[in-house]
Amino acid sequence: MSKIIGNPEDQFFNKLKRWVNGDLDPFEGKLESKHLREEEVKGRDMLDPDLLDKEQVEEVLDHVEKNLLLRSYNFMYKLGAVALCLLLISLLLLTVSYLPKFGSADNPTENEVVQRYIEDGTDEVGSVNLVSNMILGYRGFDTFGETCVLFIAATCVLVLLKRSEKEIEEEKETDWQYEPKPDMILQMVTRILVPCIFLFGIYIILNGHLSPGGGFSGGSVIGAGLILYVTTFGFHKTQKFFNEKTYEVAKVGALCLYSITMSYYFYTGANMLKNIIPLGTPGNLLSSGMILPINIFVGVEVACTMYAFFAMFRRGGM
Amino acid sequence: MELFKITLLGFLILCALAASLFKNQLISVIVFMAYSLIMSIIWFLLESPDLAITEAAVGAGISSILFFVTLRKIRILSEEDKDE
Repeated sequence: MSKIIGNPEDQFFNKLKRWVNGDLDPFEGKLESKHLREEEVKGRDMLDPDLLDKEQVEEVLDHVEKNLLLRSYNFMYKLGAVALCLLLISLLLLTVSYLPKFGSADNPTENEVVQRYIEDGTDEVGSVNLVSNMILGYRGFDTFGETCVLFIAATCVLVLLKRSEKEIEEEKETDWQYEPKPDMILQMVTRILVPCIFLFGIYIILNGHLSPGGGFSGGSVIGAGLILYVTTFGFHKTQKFFNEKTYEVAKVGALCLYSITMSYYFYTGANMLKNIIPLGTPGNLLSSGMILPINIFVGVEVACTMYAFFAMFRRGGM
Repeated sequence: MELFKITLLGFLILCALAASLFKNQLISVIVFMAYSLIMSIIWFLLESPDLAITEAAVGAGISSILFFVTLRKIRILSEEDKDE
């Protein structure tokens, strides 16, 4: 008996046993267990694992329950959070109430810039879709920056989550989830739906200068279609037409062509590429100068990025 | 039409609150998906179909899928930790 109490190794074993059993010790480090004298041990139940002084335990428990400072702090913390949230909501609502009425004629946004965009946009840039004019023509610099940001984001995800083919192969044997189970309904629906999604995405990209849409929306539609195909048929089948090499060529090629086009555009003083690509008749499919090729480049870029995000998160490779 | 708009806005606020208040993350993501869908209809009614298409594709589609994949990854990791 005296051995059990005196020997530190046995105490460690006791601790380990309690740890394995999952009994958490709330007084670890706060309250040291007391070494009892032999006479005391005799009078005690030997099965009691943690030979703690009961009075001391109650004192600590009382301390936690009756500590006014601690309890008031917890209460004030919640109260403060709610008050701060309400203050923020009321501030924002107050600001909204000062905004001018939506769509009224004497808004501060109704100035000569908007007038120029609406009246001369189609003649100057050549696209019927005024939003497209603004994004890719007048504000082409911003959109170019955004595309670069998207490229950097995809590269960062690639650096963080990419795994070598060997690692993937090793894990595949133990992990069935990378290749989905063949599901009849899902496969049938995907076979019908995916071509329509791709067609719709291509339509949005190619009609970016005629109707609502453009490179970014069309590209994300195509990316969503690719993700649907991968979740249904697995990565192995997708690699037949879209593997890492395709991805690299498409993505880097699109970005390079885009940057070359934009550089030429900036170099010539942002006066539109009248020399190379004629503006054509507004309303035709082949018109609006450089808007159509840039839409295609952005679309390819975005579709690749969306698919890469999914593939990296899911599998760690294409 | 006015009634339809008010209903949509009501659902929008409901979804926004529900997405933040649900304890189950899976349900939270699905509610967020519904939020994006309603938002895309509202964009369309505000006469910006460009944004409506993008919101439907990115907000309701791709971002929710990424959320699902991430949730699954995190859960697998935590299960492995328990086994060890």
